[in-house]
Amino acid sequence: MLNKQKENQLKIQANIIRQDIIKMITAAGSGHPGGSLGMTDILTALYFGVLKHNPKKPLWPERDRLILSNGHIVPVRYAAMARAGYFPVQRLKTLRKFGSPLQGHPSLHDFPAMECSSGPLGQGISVAVGMALAAKLNKKSYRVYCLMGDGEINEGQCWEAYLLAAKYKLNNLTVILDRNNIQIDGRSDEVMPLNPLAAKYRAFNFKVMTVNGHNFSEILKALQAAGWERSKPTVIIARTIPGKGVTYMENDYQWHGNAPKPEQAKEALDQLNKELLTLQHVAKKLAK
Amino acid sequence: MLRKNWQNREKLQAQATRQGFGEGLLAAAKLDPNIVALCADLTGSLNMTDFQAAFPDRFFQVGVAEQNMAGVGAGLALSGKTVFISSFAAFNPGRNWEQIRVSIGYNNANVKVIGSHAGLSVGEDGATHQALEDLATMRVIPNMSVISPADGLEAKKATLAIARKKGPFYLRLCRAKTPLFTSPEAKFVIGQAQVLQPGRDLTLIATGPLVYEALAASLALAKLGLKAGVINLHTVKPIDQQAIVKAAKATGAIVTIEDHQAYGGLGSAVAEVLVKHCPVPQEFVAVKDTFGESGQPAELFHKYGLDAKHIFTAVKRVLKRK
Repeated sequence: MLNKQKENQLKIQANIIRQDIIKMITAAGSGHPGGSLGMTDILTALYFGVLKHNPKKPLWPERDRLILSNGHIVPVRYAAMARAGYFPVQRLKTLRKFGSPLQGHPSLHDFPAMECSSGPLGQGISVAVGMALAAKLNKKSYRVYCLMGDGEINEGQCWEAYLLAAKYKLNNLTVILDRNNIQIDGRSDEVMPLNPLAAKYRAFNFKVMTVNGHNFSEILKALQAAGWERSKPTVIIARTIPGKGVTYMENDYQWHGNAPKPEQAKEALDQLNKELLTLQHVAKKLAK
Repeated sequence: MLRKNWQNREKLQAQATRQGFGEGLLAAAKLDPNIVALCADLTGSLNMTDFQAAFPDRFFQVGVAEQNMAGVGAGLALSGKTVFISSFAAFNPGRNWEQIRVSIGYNNANVKVIGSHAGLSVGEDGATHQALEDLATMRVIPNMSVISPADGLEAKKATLAIARKKGPFYLRLCRAKTPLFTSPEAKFVIGQAQVLQPGRDLTLIATGPLVYEALAASLALAKLGLKAGVINLHTVKPIDQQAIVKAAKATGAIVTIEDHQAYGGLGSAVAEVLVKHCPVPQEFVAVKDTFGESGQPAELFHKYGLDAKHIFTAVKRVLKRK
């Protein structure tokens, strides 16, 4: 389903978005690079391969809805949207700045294409469930995608929302769980153990798939399979590496919510640029 | 604005404001196919069973999960629905305040938060279920309007009015049956206080079913030669500044009356207007920084300072300060 050329294109797109993330968080002086980099491949797959959307008409009524329940990783969404053509890439450097629509957490008021304001953990999934219910009620065919963090599901509200999603058989809802095993205070299995996680979702009557969150083939296959489900909501547990693509950030919870200093940013961008050159080289070879 | 026989408590019919809400919801839903309603396992208590029977596809039973209900309501509203979310006020908005703040308030979502069984008038269930903070916690949320109807008929009109008006609302309802004293012809306009009678010596400003107690107090005061104005402040936010200032200027003394904590509720909202535009003495008939307990509403109103005797004492105090 995914040929090598398309896969390489997605990797290039993801690399560019990762560079955007480093630049914008460095310019802002604050933000959450860990989760943003970790979810870059998922957001790239969504915006450049899966979502039914129109960047020129962000509020097109038939669009798929994407809810960022873990709103703190919004830099990756802003970057993906800018690269998809929603707004000029130059605006990314206004992240978290006074007067910018690119608020620290998604703001519907400042940026209607966000679908809803989110960030306080556990709230986005309920809104997503409401949107999926509305789609059923209005006999609309759009899907609702809800991105969540694994630390986020410490919140009881998530499990209330899951109960309701299963009750109303919301097969138009896909939850993508960022299983990166870190949260602010440390490793997730120390802060609040979640395992057996897939079994928990199965017990809540979800269709459960586990993927490598950095493997486009697996991501796209799972997202497509969710569309075939007739009677259950789907959760895709995406095993990700927080900070993915920047070696010194990978798997280090210190980078959950800290901005890199300029020299650290340079190191990160150098590494990403090296990778980009390789990917571009591969692209040339594949084109032949 | 009042029924002809309003002075005769025994002759008036009684209805709880939550019953008026149930009638209003059904009537609004018949007019507008876009209306949906959610309830957290208290459908009977909220008088929503008629709506549920008439529109089973537009009713969502969300279980005992008020936090999720607020978010799901926001999601439905952001998809174009007019949404009512309902439970006891102690839990909605008591339990789910932050969900209301962000998912509903910050999104400016078209969700009507319906909190029933508010105040001491819940009675026997006791302090855990007596929401005495809800006016305060709702009126501090930007975009949120706050309505507290005085009787069943007004609750029905208020429900119809908020269904028509886009944006977040909190509607405060009570469990107990209280006198139906407003007239069917009285217009309900969001944000417009009702001057039930003009005053000379002081003005009683009340909200919810205690408006009737304010009227009753004015009758007793008239026998002493005191002319008390009575204002039904059914909309606590946006507050009718003009009506309050006019009454303050005309009478020079205000007593506020509410089944709610003195901190942050109707009295505070009125004081915020007075202190800025027309500082006159004000006394607060309200619950004084304490929890309630089990008992009949009348027993509780007596102990916690909301009955006729306490209104009378507050009037004497405010007149002395004039």
